[in-house]
Amino acid sequence: MSEKILEIENLTVSFDGFKALNNLNFSLNTGELRVIIGPNGAGKTTFLDIITGKTKPTEGNVRFKGKNLRPYSEHQIARMGVGRKFQTPRVYLNLTPRENLELACNRFKNVFSTLFRKPPTAERRTIGGLLETIGLARKADMKANLLSHGEKQWLEIGMLVAQSPDLLLVDEPVAGLTDEETELTGELLVSLSKSHSIIVIEHDMEFVRQIAQGQVTVLHQGSVLCEGHFDEVQSDPRVIEVYLGHEVDHDQPIDLQQAALQE
Amino acid sequence: MAAEIAVERRIDSSKRRLIVEAAIVLAIALFFILVVPLLLSDFRLNLMGRFLALAIVALGIDLIWGFTGLLSLGHGIFFTLGGYAIAMYIKLQIPESASSRLPEFMSLYGVTELPWFWKPFYSFPFTALAVVLIPGILAGLLGYVIFRNRIRGVYFSILTQAATIIFFNFFNGQQKLFNGTNGLTDFQTIFGAKVNSPGTQYTFYILTIIVLVFAYALCRWLTSGRFGRLLVAIRDDESRVRFTGYDPTGFKVLVFAISGALAGLSGAFFTLQTGIISPNSMNIAFSIEMVIWVAVGGRASLVGAILGALVVNFAKSLLSEKFPDIWLFFQGGLFLLVVMFLPDGIIGWLRTRGKDLFRAATGRKRIMTYPSLEEDPEVEYERKNLGD
Repeated sequence: MSEKILEIENLTVSFDGFKALNNLNFSLNTGELRVIIGPNGAGKTTFLDIITGKTKPTEGNVRFKGKNLRPYSEHQIARMGVGRKFQTPRVYLNLTPRENLELACNRFKNVFSTLFRKPPTAERRTIGGLLETIGLARKADMKANLLSHGEKQWLEIGMLVAQSPDLLLVDEPVAGLTDEETELTGELLVSLSKSHSIIVIEHDMEFVRQIAQGQVTVLHQGSVLCEGHFDEVQSDPRVIEVYLGHEVDHDQPIDLQQAALQE
Repeated sequence: MAAEIAVERRIDSSKRRLIVEAAIVLAIALFFILVVPLLLSDFRLNLMGRFLALAIVALGIDLIWGFTGLLSLGHGIFFTLGGYAIAMYIKLQIPESASSRLPEFMSLYGVTELPWFWKPFYSFPFTALAVVLIPGILAGLLGYVIFRNRIRGVYFSILTQAATIIFFNFFNGQQKLFNGTNGLTDFQTIFGAKVNSPGTQYTFYILTIIVLVFAYALCRWLTSGRFGRLLVAIRDDESRVRFTGYDPTGFKVLVFAISGALAGLSGAFFTLQTGIISPNSMNIAFSIEMVIWVAVGGRASLVGAILGALVVNFAKSLLSEKFPDIWLFFQGGLFLLVVMFLPDGIIGWLRTRGKDLFRAATGRKRIMTYPSLEEDPEVEYERKNLGD
């Protein structure tokens, strides 16, 4: 078994007594692409907040490359190599895609090197290549608020890659995208998984089917309900139950996507 | 290869634009130094000098508010500190013939020995540094405490106001140290020259312009390039900046400190040309006025900040001469007008509507479409090559 990039032990997060995450255990191998699904309120976003340091765990620990993340703040964790893409695209709307990428690509992120250091040519070339990859080369110098929703999503993924993190956390990357854009996003993520470890949180079952090559984790009420291959998970009666919200006839397999639609 | 050539070309053209801009700035500065004095009476010229000094603090406000999104309502503190620093230096230029070796107000309140912190102000180099560093360091410390604790938005504004009140009351109450509510005034000589003679005042006027040009260049340098873009990023989405691996605290502290230092400079040159500095300029109202100048001129535009300071202050002096009672109403009205109809200030208006009017006047028509189409290179390409 390869090395673990992320290990989470007995993690509990409570907000005023409400346990958003409850005794959660999770681990991710280096180079793995993991998809996390779960009904609304399962704690998926809190899970990402914990890893990126936005929220501190009430109990339990998160280890990234063997290091306990508790004492570090968001920017330190980001510098260690954790990149996060938000649910709604969060790019800097008053900057151009090129400038957005430049900020993410900068290797030395303290005040004075940002002020005095000139971006090296290698960095500029990387950005040029990235702009091609995310299909924004021709729109590189217009303000990002003029981009379409899909283009913003892609730009944010590009920013993530520019940061060159070891672990990518991607929250619902295809929300609001057309089928074609969804397909392309899936291909992009799969190709990124060759050189990065990735956690994708997603609702769209068709998309999950496209990208989930290995394990899928199902979260429910703040804990891991089950883990396994997509097909196994999809036919697991417990999963169907939490998605439908009631007991189901175990003899009759129900397509999870139908279940998600009925949600 | 093609990409590299494109990069080179972009650098070239941005360099050329920078040279053009520098030339324009120099030309305007020379115009103000050489031509404007011929056009204005001594009285108006003095006003112009004061307002140009105020434009320096407007740049500072624009840096912290327009670019970084932190609405400071406490720049009066830094402004006044700069003013006091230079005033203390001048008050220590006591002629040989004077009966007391102390500034005259001190003997009035029965002070017999110069307070220790006045002593360094005998030295001009110290004073010159103090004008910039005291407000700058104070702003840096204040900013560090505030930003470290992730205090933002309206809470930041309230804290800066509270600080203003504290400083106002302190200076107001210290008759023996700072002549209390009357402030420091009645300046005599500086470098042996009479402070109030037209020649000295003209020198101050020129110095103000030179400092303003440097302040503009500094702000221009800070706000262009990656640092400036990061400030905009902090303004628009601070937590995204954190997740990208930057710690916004350091950036905000630095900008707030620079902004405070600019306010100090501004206060010093303003004091030289008004001949008085008092705790009055730590009034909350004055700090809010500074914000209004920037709002009127155009947030996140350096030229706008300078223009706003000049326009609002000249309007103020003209109107308060003619109708002393209504100026305050007018100022309030102006602010409302700007917020409602010119959200991006004068410069913002010139960039959008003004440009259209100019085009219409010169007969160059333009098709109106969604802005995204205007900027979309594919659409523009088709438009150019396939016709309308």
